Amino acid sequence: MPTMNLLQAINHALDIAMAEDEKVLCFGEDVGGFGGVFRATSHLQERYGRARCFNTPLVEQGIVGFANGLAAQGSVPVAEIQFADYIFPAFDQIVNETAKFRYRSGDLFNVGGLTIRAPYGGGISGGHYHSQSPEAYFTHTPGLKIVVPRNPYEAKGLLLASIRDPDPVIFFEPKRLYRASTGEVPEEDYQLPLGEAEITKEGSDVTLVGWGAQIEIIDRAVELAEKEGISCEVIDLRTLLPWDADTVAESLLKTGRLVVTHEAPQTGGFAGEIAATLQERCFLYLESPILRVTGLDTPFPLTLEKEYLPDHLKVFEAIRESVNY
Amino acid sequence: MTTTRDIHVPEFLAGDEFSIPTYRVLTQEGTLCEGAEAPTLERDEARAIYRAMIATRVLDERMMAAQRQGRLSFYMQCTGEEAAVIGATAALDEADMIMAQYREQGALVYRGFTFDEFMNQLFGNELDYGKGRQMPIHYGSRKLHYMTISSPLATQIPQATGYAYGQKLAGEGQCTAVFFGEGAASEGDFHAALNMAAVHEVPVIFFCRNNGYAISTPAIEQFAADGVAPRAFGYRMHVIRVDGNDILAVHRATQEARRIAVEHNKPVLIEAMTYRLAAHSSSDDPSGYRSRKEEEAWREKDPILRMQRWMYDQGWWSDDEEKELQERLRREVLEAMKRAEKRPPPPLDTLVTDVYAEVTPALQQQLDALKSHIRRHPEAYPKGARFLDPELSRTDDEGES
Ligand SMILES: Cc1ncc(C[n+]2csc(CCOP(=O)(O)OP(=O)(O)O)c2C)c(N)n1
Repeated sequence: MPTMNLLQAINHALDIAMAEDEKVLCFGEDVGGFGGVFRATSHLQERYGRARCFNTPLVEQGIVGFANGLAAQGSVPVAEIQFADYIFPAFDQIVNETAKFRYRSGDLFNVGGLTIRAPYGGGISGGHYHSQSPEAYFTHTPGLKIVVPRNPYEAKGLLLASIRDPDPVIFFEPKRLYRASTGEVPEEDYQLPLGEAEITKEGSDVTLVGWGAQIEIIDRAVELAEKEGISCEVIDLRTLLPWDADTVAESLLKTGRLVVTHEAPQTGGFAGEIAATLQERCFLYLESPILRVTGLDTPFPLTLEKEYLPDHLKVFEAIRESVNY
Repeated sequence: MTTTRDIHVPEFLAGDEFSIPTYRVLTQEGTLCEGAEAPTLERDEARAIYRAMIATRVLDERMMAAQRQGRLSFYMQCTGEEAAVIGATAALDEADMIMAQYREQGALVYRGFTFDEFMNQLFGNELDYGKGRQMPIHYGSRKLHYMTISSPLATQIPQATGYAYGQKLAGEGQCTAVFFGEGAASEGDFHAALNMAAVHEVPVIFFCRNNGYAISTPAIEQFAADGVAPRAFGYRMHVIRVDGNDILAVHRATQEARRIAVEHNKPVLIEAMTYRLAAHSSSDDPSGYRSRKEEEAWREKDPILRMQRWMYDQGWWSDDEEKELQERLRREVLEAMKRAEKRPPPPLDTLVTDVYAEVTPALQQQLDALKSHIRRHPEAYPKGARFLDPELSRTDDEGES
């Protein structure tokens, strides 16, 4: 099996999707000949021509609006938003249009073919406007699917599933891991299921839930915890909307303790949704309060980024606090 | 009011029939173009502009080198566009507001932002006015009427319309000049800004730096029209296209634009035709999308060289002055860089200040929790630990930046 980094795995998935279905199109700012600023779309224009892989003018609301129209027509657009921080100009098109096309037309029309890819997250010295994790804004919008891969293998399988899914998907890519995360990725076509969390590590004392780049942080925290004899179960949510509460609930029934972590600010963050759901379902089984380890309730900083981010030490301390409650 | 004229056969007007001329005064040899009016630029102002152009280039070269050495995380040059930005700035009143995109450091240089001020922002240290929250090059100066840069493109353009409307109401004879690239002009914000400015008769100068590329995307993939300028017609707005590498043309055109804006409360669009000679940013490699030959051809149209020839011709500048200026600036940039590098980061409390006018109880609680966490692991957060107990922090510059 070849080894790939996360970017190569994404490129591979796009290549397979375009080869298999000529309705698949890739576009966005700098996506054409250059292959995107991170090079996720490298060589696609050479292989599939300018009509199917191209640069758009610099206008996010245009990119998503155009993609909505294309998808409604029956094409399968994969639109790139260069950084998740710049998805907000397209917010109206995504939240009011993409998400509601099927619902408002009684399924006369839908934009299920659409996938929006956007690099998200911090840890790259990107400062205020190149580091945000905006997933929670979109999880509040029925009609969208939100998917976040944690490594190259997951990225390829989840992206192929997203492109072929009958609903519109926002696919947030952890840019800190683009080159840093490598692993074996099958050459062939495969899909991983949307809407299903994965238990990446079994354990009995405490359940840890995260997604995307935060899984690596959890793994490092777990290493520290296990040295102290704490047994951790780790769950990668993979899809945030609709999310797999059953897998988390089952785990929680076993461990009785839950720590949820994400980079985005705490208030209104998706960890709050998970905590509320789980206390409803497992209240009598809880051994300690559900804890959240998140970014601060502030915009994203630059110089003090390390202090701001929910890192392995902060997650480790939460594990301890949960177990020693 | 919109006027209509009736026709009785289907007669379409073709978009490609519009083409806008380019205003040019100086040849590349530094002589006046045939038929050009005599320049209005005077000796002292010309020298100030020229010095600012050189200072901007020296700053860019040094900081790019510093980025390559790993002393700086990121940098953006404005090489090739010095005449456009500085020429326009010089034509403004110094109290006019400037709202920039991110490649307008020349405007700040001209207005007197010091190398120390540049460096404090670039290194995100405790003296950075932005308190180390934004990437390098996101400058701002209240004193110099230069709005702090925001990374999301084009957001400054409708804000400029609003700011200038306030200036009109204040009645102090000021206007706002807003800079943006031809790429950013594709955003919806651009269209909203021009429309509102025209409807509400706002004294704002929309200054488009058409430098040929938006990262890797060439202008021909950005729009099908004859540049950005023709869009002004759709909003019934004054417009001029200038040779952006021609200091005299840019200066004169902006002077005139300012007069229209302030005396008549009318917005004006200026499209400066130029070229982004350097990479998009220190993270970009232009060899992946354009030829060296193309770059070389533009290097011969260097706006600084063009102005220098004209200055020599006027007897307003000399080799000796050039040499002295270059050496002095290089030394000053280096010294300022060394000073800024040594300064500590902004205090830990700046993580939660300025989110609201006052720190909320919830934010205070989060900060307190963070502080006790850092006290337990001072070695993991040397920058933060410094403010809790200087003894705890190990060295100056560990930690990631
Ligand atoms: C809303 C938004 N989308 C995308 C980006 C990423 N981005 C930064 S610079 C840039 C190109 C800008 O080109 P242009 O406006 O022509 O200015 P130039 O760089 O040529 O000076 C892009 C796409 C951004 N900063 N903001």
